[in-house]
Amino acid sequence: MAVDLPMIWAFLIAFAVFAYVVMDGFDLGIGILFPSLRAGKERDTAMNSVAPVWDGNETWLVLGGGGLFAAFPLAYAVVLPALYGPIIAMLLGLVFRGVAFEFRWRDPAHRPLWDMAFACGSVIAALAQGVTLGALLQGITVHGRSFGGGAFDWLTPFCLLAGVSLVIGYALLGSTWLLMKTEGDLREKARRMSFRFAIGTMACIAAVSLATPLLDPIYVQRWFAWPNVLYTAQVPLLVTIGAVAYFRALMRGAEQAPFFIALCLFGLSYVGLGISMYPDVVPGRITIWEAASPPSSQLFMLVGAGILIPIILAYTGYAYWVFRGKVGAEGYH
Amino acid sequence: MSSLLGIDALELARAQFGFTVAFHIIFPAFSIGLASYLAVLEGLWLATGREAFLNLFRYWLKIFAIAFAMGVVSGIVMSYQFGTNWSVFSDKTGPVLGPLMAYEVLSAFFLEAGFLGVMLFGMNKVGKTLHFVATLAVAFGTLFSAFWILSVNSWMQTPAGYGISPGGQYVPADWWAIVFNPSFPYRLVHMVLAAYLTTALVVGATAAWHLLRSRSNAEVRIMFSMAMWMFAIVAPIQILAGDMHGLNTLEHQPAKVMAMEGHFQSHPDGAPLLLFGLPDQEAGKVDYAVEIPKLSSLILKHDLDAPLAGLDTVPRKNWPPVAIVFWSFRVMVGLGFLMLGLGVASLFARWRGSLYTSRWLHRFALAMGPAGFAAVLAGWITTEVGRQPFTVYGLLRTVESASPLQAPAVGASLLSFVLIYFIVFGMGVLYILHLMARAPNEAETGPEEGAPIRAAGVTPAAAISRRAAR
Repeated sequence: MAVDLPMIWAFLIAFAVFAYVVMDGFDLGIGILFPSLRAGKERDTAMNSVAPVWDGNETWLVLGGGGLFAAFPLAYAVVLPALYGPIIAMLLGLVFRGVAFEFRWRDPAHRPLWDMAFACGSVIAALAQGVTLGALLQGITVHGRSFGGGAFDWLTPFCLLAGVSLVIGYALLGSTWLLMKTEGDLREKARRMSFRFAIGTMACIAAVSLATPLLDPIYVQRWFAWPNVLYTAQVPLLVTIGAVAYFRALMRGAEQAPFFIALCLFGLSYVGLGISMYPDVVPGRITIWEAASPPSSQLFMLVGAGILIPIILAYTGYAYWVFRGKVGAEGYH
Repeated sequence: MSSLLGIDALELARAQFGFTVAFHIIFPAFSIGLASYLAVLEGLWLATGREAFLNLFRYWLKIFAIAFAMGVVSGIVMSYQFGTNWSVFSDKTGPVLGPLMAYEVLSAFFLEAGFLGVMLFGMNKVGKTLHFVATLAVAFGTLFSAFWILSVNSWMQTPAGYGISPGGQYVPADWWAIVFNPSFPYRLVHMVLAAYLTTALVVGATAAWHLLRSRSNAEVRIMFSMAMWMFAIVAPIQILAGDMHGLNTLEHQPAKVMAMEGHFQSHPDGAPLLLFGLPDQEAGKVDYAVEIPKLSSLILKHDLDAPLAGLDTVPRKNWPPVAIVFWSFRVMVGLGFLMLGLGVASLFARWRGSLYTSRWLHRFALAMGPAGFAAVLAGWITTEVGRQPFTVYGLLRTVESASPLQAPAVGASLLSFVLIYFIVFGMGVLYILHLMARAPNEAETGPEEGAPIRAAGVTPAAAISRRAAR
């Protein structure tokens, strides 16, 4: 076959997941930072800074899930039951958080309660996503064509490390977003948080990177085999450069660069994840070709995705462009 | 298989799927009908220039926005639940059903991205004609979304156009046959009409509430009259469509019809219609049956003496749970005839000239407000429980479809879903009721522009138009 459809779909789904991480990451981050913001003006401003754009973010999560079901049903069928606890927690966290977002405005009498729901939902969703990632890397027990492990296989130090790392990472995206979008006291607070969470994020990236090769020799192979190591070594190198650039930008008082550099660090970590996993969709167990649905299924769906995804992307890009710049406490409205 | 308080993991997973999908189905059923109603209202406004139609359009638009959002939120959960709880089903049917579901999801998102924002906030910016195009696109899009998801559901009832791979997966052989599988056209018509009637019942009940409280104005009278015409015209069509759907089911899923009819025994010379009774699955008979001789044969075969096979011709292991199907079917049919009754009563009142003054008619319409939702749920229970003990009828058993999960895990997630859904969607429904409790007035405004109005929409369309409006 001339076109490797499973590869196309693997990239499409990877793209959808990354788009989700980039876009929902900072608004989950705002939720994670919420308890450390003062009730009233600070929280309202933070909320207003994401209000116009956050709506679109969950699109990508559903596209990722739906795409996996259609393009790689075997992977969908193995991974989701293995990660039952974290996935259900994530879904409920997102539902709750989304509603809290709206009812904050509608129900001022119970605002502190909705604020707490927003923060808890955000932390739970972020933690669950990190645990999911960790559990995937850690390896899933497969029997035949289904999950063969236990309900708490994801409850290990490595998975929890991954979970906490993602919470801290999202908090970094949230704080650099606030640094970019706000002014005055809140901006200064965001600057301090951006410093602290950056140190935390770097430590987490290092810890997860060092722990991953210990999980399975196949990761050592993928990272350190000659001559691939020439390419893979660029990732930690670029992360180091990114880290230096980040702190320099923060020191010289830049307000936009830290957010974008933080996104680059996320991107590099994601590439690192890709190096560890490729060409598997369930690491060490199932490759993308083994999990793929037949070409007829993948092609049928590619037609619709090929038309609609660019339109959705264009629309999203336009929205971010319209809402560039600083936000005040009174919001965009 | 593990169990929790004597309930095994499979039953818990079924309960969870049933619970989450029952919540989900309510919102689309309402928003499909409402989207079309809004298109009609705007079309009438453009055609006649009467402000009352525009006021009604704006009144229902606010409610539509919330119902649509609830549908999206509850749908996100559905798109993951196939994998978390029905992994074997997902693995086997993914190549066939995955793309159909992906189309459903994409069309729903595309709608929000492209047109919902314009429909909600764009009236003053894009002009009347373009705005009407957006409204039509949303109405069409909700139908398109329903098209795909009902195709999925119908394929599970009457699978067609597939092959079986060496790995045991159902793989597409003929997409046309898959999408337009034998029960799909009937199910689509029956469900879309059900959505229209459900919406009309809500609209009619809202109008009746305001008529009963002497808040009669042009808007209230128009929506009451429109809703009543729906029952008078669409309820009989729906009964006919339901009958045809039933005949199609008899052809492809006879055991389901036997359960609906309560026919444990075969009737070689004319089967009776059971009005009521208590089906006893163990004993294979219906206790306290009240029956009309030969009528079932007349309905199903159009012949009083036609033989009808009973469940005694089906191996016991392939029986659906008869009592549930028997009763949910009667609830659905009963409510359908009540809708017809409301339509006939309204024609009578119209003829007498008392449509807007007849208090008993208004009370009747108010009481029927939730009947559409009840009928949709009852009909859905009839068709899905009637498909048991299979997930893909005749091919894949429910027992063989579930994920290898332990009962406590599923029990815990079920409990969380119940708690959170009642809080979240309870708030949403309260908010909708709050909007309905206010009568539409003569200078109705569009959706509130100061606050976000969607519980978790998927694009920033609304906010963009707010920004543009500033």
